[in-house]
Amino acid sequence: MTKREGLEVSIAVADAAMLSDVDVVSAYPITPQTHIVEHLAELVANGELKAAYIPVESEHSAMSACLGASAIGARTFTATASQGLELMHEVLYVASAMRFPIVMAVANRALSAPISIWGDHSDVMATRDVGWIQIFVENGQEAVDNVICAFRMGEDKRVLLPVMIHLDGFVLTHVIEPIELPDKKDVDRFLPPFKYPLPLDPEKPVTMGAFGQPFIYTEVKWAQEINLEKSKDVILEVWQEFGKAFGRQYSPIEQYQTDGAKVLLLTMGSYSETAMVAVDKMRNDGKEVGLLKLRLWRPFPYEELRESIKSAEILIVLDRAISFGGPGGPVCSEVKAALYGGEKQPKVVGFVGGLGGRDITMSGFEEMINRGIEIARTGSKREFEIYGVRE
Amino acid sequence: MRQTEHLVHKYLRSSKRFPHIWCAGCGIGIFMQALIRVIDQNEYSKDDIVLISGIGCSGRLPVYVDFNTLHTTHGRALTFATGIKLANPRLKVITVMGDGDAVAIGGNHFIHAARRNVEIASFVLNNSVYGMTGGQSSPTTPYGVITASAPYGNLEPDFDICRLAEAAGAVFVARATVYHTQLLDRLIDKALKKKGAAVVEVVSQCTTYAGHFLKLKSPVDMMKWQKNNSVTVEKAKQQSEAELEGKIVIGVLVDRERPSYHEQYQSLLAEKSKI
Ligand SMILES: Cc1ncc(C[n+]2csc(CCOP(=O)(O)OP(=O)(O)O)c2C)c(N)n1
Ligand code: SF4
Ligand SMILES: [Mg+2]
Repeated sequence: MTKREGLEVSIAVADAAMLSDVDVVSAYPITPQTHIVEHLAELVANGELKAAYIPVESEHSAMSACLGASAIGARTFTATASQGLELMHEVLYVASAMRFPIVMAVANRALSAPISIWGDHSDVMATRDVGWIQIFVENGQEAVDNVICAFRMGEDKRVLLPVMIHLDGFVLTHVIEPIELPDKKDVDRFLPPFKYPLPLDPEKPVTMGAFGQPFIYTEVKWAQEINLEKSKDVILEVWQEFGKAFGRQYSPIEQYQTDGAKVLLLTMGSYSETAMVAVDKMRNDGKEVGLLKLRLWRPFPYEELRESIKSAEILIVLDRAISFGGPGGPVCSEVKAALYGGEKQPKVVGFVGGLGGRDITMSGFEEMINRGIEIARTGSKREFEIYGVRE
Repeated sequence: MRQTEHLVHKYLRSSKRFPHIWCAGCGIGIFMQALIRVIDQNEYSKDDIVLISGIGCSGRLPVYVDFNTLHTTHGRALTFATGIKLANPRLKVITVMGDGDAVAIGGNHFIHAARRNVEIASFVLNNSVYGMTGGQSSPTTPYGVITASAPYGNLEPDFDICRLAEAAGAVFVARATVYHTQLLDRLIDKALKKKGAAVVEVVSQCTTYAGHFLKLKSPVDMMKWQKNNSVTVEKAKQQSEAELEGKIVIGVLVDRERPSYHEQYQSLLAEKSKI
């Protein structure tokens, strides 16, 4: 029986990578990711984790080193944030297209300029289309569990894709939470050793990432898309197995107080915890509101979304990034697209908020929900509103 | 004292940007003062100066001074600077970079700016760690030293920033420490006047992280270390490699002539437009 102990979430994430027996870690420091990789460096250096730690000179190199390691069949982990994630950009596409199940923790942080080390989801949203499985976590326990699950999801022969685990910078990475680290034996049972089906091997030479002429490029991309779509079945299966083994259940969209809710709020990441408190309060006040927590961002859970909004009249979506010049936040526009043409169409209202570490308090969420209801009824001059902005 | 006060009011964005983020005893402020002093002595117009930095504790410097300033992304100061110099060669273009900024993530730009001989005065504040992110190893962390990313000692050999600049083609290369402020002033002055790529490595102290790792307890200890370990270029010429092991060679290391990039570019344009 394992017990819960107070752990800094970053340290616990590193421990989860260790419990998963990673072979190679390559990383470059960036706030607020640093504690994750520093702890891994320590675990490798003191022999607790039998792995190679490659301290490189930039994130581009970090991801490239992970690619190389993964190509020979090593279980590979890295972590980054913000500018670092953007600097990796070109290699992120290569990782997914070459089908390398690298696992990366992203300590979500705003993008320059102006420089901000604080949290939002601009970094993630810029990498929305890179072909990785992407999961948002809400607290430290989810981060730990999902790092372990990520290896099993990505390495499944039906999947073979890299996985990003998104955890909010500072409000998650730097807090101490009660966390249950699973037993090594249980993790070993849950996560079989990694066997890459076609690794680089001098005995059996293969070519990876060769030139894709026009006659084949489209088919390769199509195969990649189908593969990512289908990975959802495996993701669900892994979460189910995890639930059986460790007693904690995960799903693509988690519903909270949604029974009979006419108004739903959709959030991602750590803000969901505050939103839950706000929803509780509003329920106590007799308002029929509920919360949807979007955990699986890629592949996008279309069916689960359609299922979860069935009884709602209003759906309020909070984005923590702006798609500049577009129809609002990227999550809101995807949600709208997912519901378009469906039988049941709630009025969707988009907010952008929590940019660059701006806090949204419990009463803030309440205010946002009330404003959302008002917009749904009377309309707004804008496609989306920014919560709490000073004009 | 009066003079310092005058410099503070003239050059610092003191009402808008202070207090600054630097730790007590950090060397970056000493360099900032030296830079301001030399600019003031030369009576350069504030409007003719562009100060560009990447990201890091050193990279914060342009935020505090009242020139044209550009705080860019980690490692890229020289690329922005190259664009500025070519677009408006009249400007005096200065970059301030950390060791990580200049020779880790921005190492590629560092060698190519020197190779092209773009007229930029670059100051690399070498505190041997990534200060801003919490004291991880940088390419100038000495071998064996413990850092936040090398808890049992750094396994990588360190770069000599000056030799790198020299080999890549910089026309002026020099080194000082923040202890040797008079020398620092002279080197800054020469670098600002050089027609071509000038690099000054400024050995500085990160008291918060490097001090701890190097087992030098206080800023004073770190500056004493700079004093006791430095050898002038002239003296170094009389010494063997073994004697110079672990020493900081200070002074002008390279001073040579080669047409700068924008000069060549302008003469090419002039020639071709005649045809
Ligand atoms: C692309 C990218 N990767 C990583 C970082 C995080 N980061 C900020 S400053 C820094 C290192 C700073 O070290 P150095 O350049 O030596 O400057 P110092 O703080 O020591 O003055 C790092 C890694 C970043 N801002 N952008
Ligand atoms: S962390 Fe180090 S380099 Fe940064 S301000 Fe403090 S002493 Fe200076
Ligand atoms: Mg440094």
